[in-house]
Amino acid sequence: MSESTTAPTEPGRITGVPILLDGVTKRYGSKSAPAVDHLTLEIPAGSTVMFVGPSGCGKTTTMKMINRLIEPTEGSIVIDGEDVTTMNGDDLRRRMGYVIQAGGLFPHMTVAANIGLVPKMLGWDKQRIAERVDELLELVSLDPDSYRDRYPKQLSGGQQQRVGVARALAADPPVLLMDEPFGAVDPITRQRLQDEMISIQNELRKTIVIVTHDIDEAVKLGDWVVVFDEGARIQQYDSPERILAEPANDFVSDFVGSGAGLKALGLTRVNEMPILDAVVVTPEDSPTTAVQKAEAAGHGHVVVLDRARRPIAWPSVAQLRRATALPTRYEPDLPIVGMGATLEDALDTMLVSRAGAALVVGPRGRFEGVVDIDTVMQSLRDNRGAADTGRSPVGTNDAEARIEVAPDTGEITLITPDQVGTGRGRYDDGAAEPSRSDADEGSDSTALPQTSGERP
Amino acid sequence: MDYVTDRWQQILFASWQHFSLVVQCLLLATVIAVGLAMVSYRSERLSNLANSFTAIGLTIPSFAMIGLLIAPLGFGVLPAVVVVTFYAVLPILRNAVVGLNSVPGGVVESARGIGMSRMATFFRVELPMAWPVILTGMRVSAQMVMGIAAIAAFVLGPGLGGFIFSGLSRLGGANSLASVITGIVAVIVVATILDALLILLGRLTTSRGLRV
Ligand SMILES: Nc1ncnc2c1ncn2[C@@H]1O[C@H](COP(=O)(O)OP(=O)(O)OP(=O)(O)O)[C@@H](O)[C@H]1O
Ligand SMILES: [Mg+2]
Repeated sequence: MSESTTAPTEPGRITGVPILLDGVTKRYGSKSAPAVDHLTLEIPAGSTVMFVGPSGCGKTTTMKMINRLIEPTEGSIVIDGEDVTTMNGDDLRRRMGYVIQAGGLFPHMTVAANIGLVPKMLGWDKQRIAERVDELLELVSLDPDSYRDRYPKQLSGGQQQRVGVARALAADPPVLLMDEPFGAVDPITRQRLQDEMISIQNELRKTIVIVTHDIDEAVKLGDWVVVFDEGARIQQYDSPERILAEPANDFVSDFVGSGAGLKALGLTRVNEMPILDAVVVTPEDSPTTAVQKAEAAGHGHVVVLDRARRPIAWPSVAQLRRATALPTRYEPDLPIVGMGATLEDALDTMLVSRAGAALVVGPRGRFEGVVDIDTVMQSLRDNRGAADTGRSPVGTNDAEARIEVAPDTGEITLITPDQVGTGRGRYDDGAAEPSRSDADEGSDSTALPQTSGERP
Repeated sequence: MDYVTDRWQQILFASWQHFSLVVQCLLLATVIAVGLAMVSYRSERLSNLANSFTAIGLTIPSFAMIGLLIAPLGFGVLPAVVVVTFYAVLPILRNAVVGLNSVPGGVVESARGIGMSRMATFFRVELPMAWPVILTGMRVSAQMVMGIAAIAAFVLGPGLGGFIFSGLSRLGGANSLASVITGIVAVIVVATILDALLILLGRLTTSRGLRV
């Protein structure tokens, strides 16, 4: 990474701003059914919120109302505490990044001109624009010298998409809106772009809204996931873990599909798990010493390591008793996983090797310890009771819900009719605990899977 | 050949007048056509209207059109300019509407999405992208209007039309055939030069990104 003029100096500082959709409705023409129906949605600063849902449910419409490419019929959009519903749309959009499928690059402009367009409109000088262009190309893993002067047609789909992201980030906007950004590339490129997006976001911490209809992508990239039904009705607004582990209703569980548990395995990495100690020996040790060490530790296996602490073999005590010397040749089928592997990969390795456990290696293949199936299962169970740190963002389609913004913290609380006692619908415990069980279709007043402003 | 050498000056001058009339009308027509396209391309109804206008306009015989214009505008350069420009507008208009409509929606959406105003989007994105198609329309117009300018020029004003029609009216008389042929050849030469210039203009004004 080159030195940055506008990007945050210390990685991880939040540069995004909060967004609030307040009772937003969109009707196209005079059609009776609104495309977006009384949507109130909080998008916390610096987080990535994924919009998912079936085709035509209003994801794109909702997102385009944030930068007012589509004007809301009712309601207001508040960005960083400022109501932007009536401000000049072009000015508003210059302060937000916007990326669409296939990048939407201007074919008659070079990569550099595409990226530099917004800074140019904002009146930056040439030198600063050129520096910014190079910096962004590096951020999206494109070599500035070989790509700067190319035209979009001279790029692959994935590269065009990268340039699209770079262009959106050009003026360092606090908000980034992306509509199915990775929909038009092949699965391998898509995965790579997603991984890059994650690392870019770890560095920049913008407020990002991504529309997708791929639940796997939503769960992978999102800090929060909104599952919409027709009319942008929120079915669940929750962390990816909870969406997978505790779908609020049948709609969500159908949408998540089978294998939700397995998807959760893809969310956790080996280095987030407790790694168990093992008895380690070197090939120079005698089998007897190895057996003694194992018995002293109460283990059934020992790990034989080479000088660089890379695993050679993983014999059992029974095998050691029969052996005359410790193995010196690398066993080809050792179940080895890296620290960065997902639990899904780890489980796969264990099942293939039938060992019920796997050796974990760190950088340069150095042995770190062992994970076993029990640890993985335990972590899955823990996930199920998903540790709720902090509150979930607010989201509802309740036309009568009002929001209250704490003047000091900016924290948003939802006031539902139940709470203020104008009560219609069901009384539930001060509405503090969301009723996640209900799946009353069609009723948009109190049938809110996730209405709570605060979680106890 | 004596006919040509004797009148060299006169032929050159008439050719220049012809060229100048066509080029000026072509430029005017381009501005008008792009303007008309600009107001109509985003509506399907107006786009269709523009296309019908082009189709019908091209069926009107130019001679009849000139005759009709003499009544309100009289003789002289003005009606010549009006007629030539009118016909020049038609192919350009059609191509401009087609070209503007073929700009991918995603590109326009991105332009708006990053904060370009409607005007900026039109002039900096849509028009440059439609430009090669518009230029093709201009080349078609230039060729077509060369002949029309000859007719208009004979009836109403200066240009190579004089050679052709004065020759035709005296057909059989001295040098009449030479006069007609001189006029025709000169029109072809002027047309070829203009086409080459338009191709050059295309090279210079079309982004490399649209050609690769
Ligand atoms: N310009 C428009 N005019 C009229 N109706 C529209 C327009 N744009 C969208 N709609 C309607 O609004 C609803 C929501 O559309 P939207 O594009 O937001 O869906 P989406 O969730 O993005 O779907 P997809 O996943 O297919 O992109 C749909 O029923 C659609 O037909
Ligand atoms: Mg969409």
